[in-house]
Amino acid sequence: MPVVIVDGQEIEIGADERLNCIEAARRAGREIPHYCWHAGLTVVASCRMCLIETGQRDAATGKVTMVPKLVPGCQTPVRDGTVIVTESEKVKESRARVEEALLIDHPIDCPICDKAGECLLQDYHFEHGQAERRADIHPFTSRKRDVGPTVTLFVDRCIMCTRCVRFTREVSGTGELMVTSRGAKEEIDVFPGFPLDNKLAGNVVDLCPVGALGDKDFLYQQRVWFLKREANVCGGCSAGCSIHTEHNQDTVYRLKPRENPHVNRWWICDDGRYGWHHLHDDARILAAGRRLAPVGQTGRHAGNGQAAAAFQPVEWADVVTGLRADLARAGHLAVAVSPMLTVEEAWMLCAVARSIDPQAYLALGHVPVVGDDETFPGGFTIRAEKCPNRRGVEEVLAVYGAGGHGWDDLLAQVASGTVAAAWITAAYPPPAGDAADQHRADPAVSWIDEATAATFAGLQTLVVQDLFESPLSEVATWRLPAAGFAERAGTWINVAHHAQTFRQAIRPPAGVWPEGRLFWNMLGRRGLHDPVAVRRQLAESSATFAALAGDVPATGVDLRVRQLA
Amino acid sequence: MKPTDPSITWLEEKPLGLAERLYLPLFIQGLTVTARHLVSPKVTVSFPEQRPTVGNPLIYRGVHRLNRDPEGRVKCVACFLCATACPAHCIDIVATESPWPDREKYPESFQIDELRCIFCGMCEEACPVDAIELTSLLDLTGKSREEMIFDKEKLLSVYDMTKDAEPMKSASLGGTL
Repeated sequence: MPVVIVDGQEIEIGADERLNCIEAARRAGREIPHYCWHAGLTVVASCRMCLIETGQRDAATGKVTMVPKLVPGCQTPVRDGTVIVTESEKVKESRARVEEALLIDHPIDCPICDKAGECLLQDYHFEHGQAERRADIHPFTSRKRDVGPTVTLFVDRCIMCTRCVRFTREVSGTGELMVTSRGAKEEIDVFPGFPLDNKLAGNVVDLCPVGALGDKDFLYQQRVWFLKREANVCGGCSAGCSIHTEHNQDTVYRLKPRENPHVNRWWICDDGRYGWHHLHDDARILAAGRRLAPVGQTGRHAGNGQAAAAFQPVEWADVVTGLRADLARAGHLAVAVSPMLTVEEAWMLCAVARSIDPQAYLALGHVPVVGDDETFPGGFTIRAEKCPNRRGVEEVLAVYGAGGHGWDDLLAQVASGTVAAAWITAAYPPPAGDAADQHRADPAVSWIDEATAATFAGLQTLVVQDLFESPLSEVATWRLPAAGFAERAGTWINVAHHAQTFRQAIRPPAGVWPEGRLFWNMLGRRGLHDPVAVRRQLAESSATFAALAGDVPATGVDLRVRQLA
Repeated sequence: MKPTDPSITWLEEKPLGLAERLYLPLFIQGLTVTARHLVSPKVTVSFPEQRPTVGNPLIYRGVHRLNRDPEGRVKCVACFLCATACPAHCIDIVATESPWPDREKYPESFQIDELRCIFCGMCEEACPVDAIELTSLLDLTGKSREEMIFDKEKLLSVYDMTKDAEPMKSASLGGTL
């Protein structure tokens, strides 16, 4: 195994690993500061922050020969015997000079800069810079440039690392951003008439090490040091990207990608990034309700206000008992298990349904599909299937001998008149709006049309569990609220059989129980709803989910790999 | 450090002397203190009929105010540093893009809950543009809790009210970020 010596410490690296000095030093617990280098982009070695001393140890004699001048760590690959010195006086002096040069032309407007608190320029200057300013110029201008529908560029804060430019060229493949002028007058810009408008545009804001690129959706909303972050999984499509949900006082402020080499690497798409606004939408169903009068007498299509008045609010304790009694009385039961539910919730729902009606017809809920899979040159794919857990629900249904039953099969069952009661779990977020208004989706556009909903009107009992009103909830006997993606805990299995476990990021609005909590109580289980206990139990009872038995790593596990082993 | 550490010197309480044990000398000493205060000048004032004098308004910590810049606009740039520094969490700011070209953002709403405030002056310390200051107004009363939540207009009006008596503490720094 090749050995690299980092500040006198010998570390072994893999024989076929191709690491640069920054990565090798990181293995030894040494952080080499860098701006322009990013593991997901090509190397340009332009910021000069990662300059270090390197050398080579002769394998035969053990004698070390150092390179006389400093080299950029990002551009220097390591091999057996490479010596890296990250903390010598020469290196420290170089870093202080780089910091000084960067700050000569930087408007030090940290108090009003949204990056303050997570800014590499701040962090590195604190650690490697000098306290006093020797330049006598104070270029405190802050020019703002609109580069796209979601991104604002603060021209003077830029340190010209060109990460954003490389991103649009290499990963999104759209190439909107460019560098204009030369030398001290270099600026990031777009061509007139070609704004930064692609599905991955938001990532340039995450890439920016300073406050030059601002996300319009988050700009001025909250200072970053107030935010708490929870490792979460995006529910926008079946890719299941790893994200951080950043929130404060049960309000989500932004979503950030979380590095996961197995799923999304460093990126997420803008549909996912801005796909949290529905969580705080006023139109959400916020209380469990039971219909007062039979459907028809209140006027099904009378509009939102009157439809809501047709439901009487029910305490959750009464929902737990009343729902079971109603469904048991009705007779043959059909259950749609939504692909928005977690594996644990789906499993408990199936158990609840079979305990009410041992012959209950279980099927996968409606799977929303929009367009085709969209793959970018950098390898990132946005899936057409706009739900995170179709695979997981299918596997759970297979455990209950209902594998292959889809939404259409359930509709056929209902139409044939063999079922008397149906329990439809939905929790579908509103579809993302068009490009001009992708921030706020329209909750009025429903996942189900009037004609399909009408086929359910003849049932004796119809339970609908959803985020928003829909034509289906208008004909429901029980209308129950559902939880949004950040409000649940559990496991989702993405399109590539990769299972990721996550915890609840924010509490749902008052009056809303996440689905899992209702199922837990309907099963008569004691204590608080505990998704981890359910997952362990599921993993013990089913070979498919065996890989989920222990603690699942933050990057998730591949269910198929463990099965083969 | 342990109690047995040699660098620590432990002092013992002195045993009572004869005068202490006789009790009477100390009793007379106490009476003398009382008598001296009986004849010394009074410092108590009959508030609110009589107004107390504030020693140095520059360091007095009374009701807050939001300063205006020379053009009469609110000086605050909505950086949230006062809200961050506040140990009582009594400052609530909503920031938005400013309508003026020379400023990036400004507070759309700025509220201080004067009932929660402990008048520590940390907000004044934290402010990078000297927009928030504590005046020497000390009689802060209201008829309801809502009334005691000062919004931006009220805080600006405190400035208008006190600016002549108490000029901006660091007027020479002026300007905005």
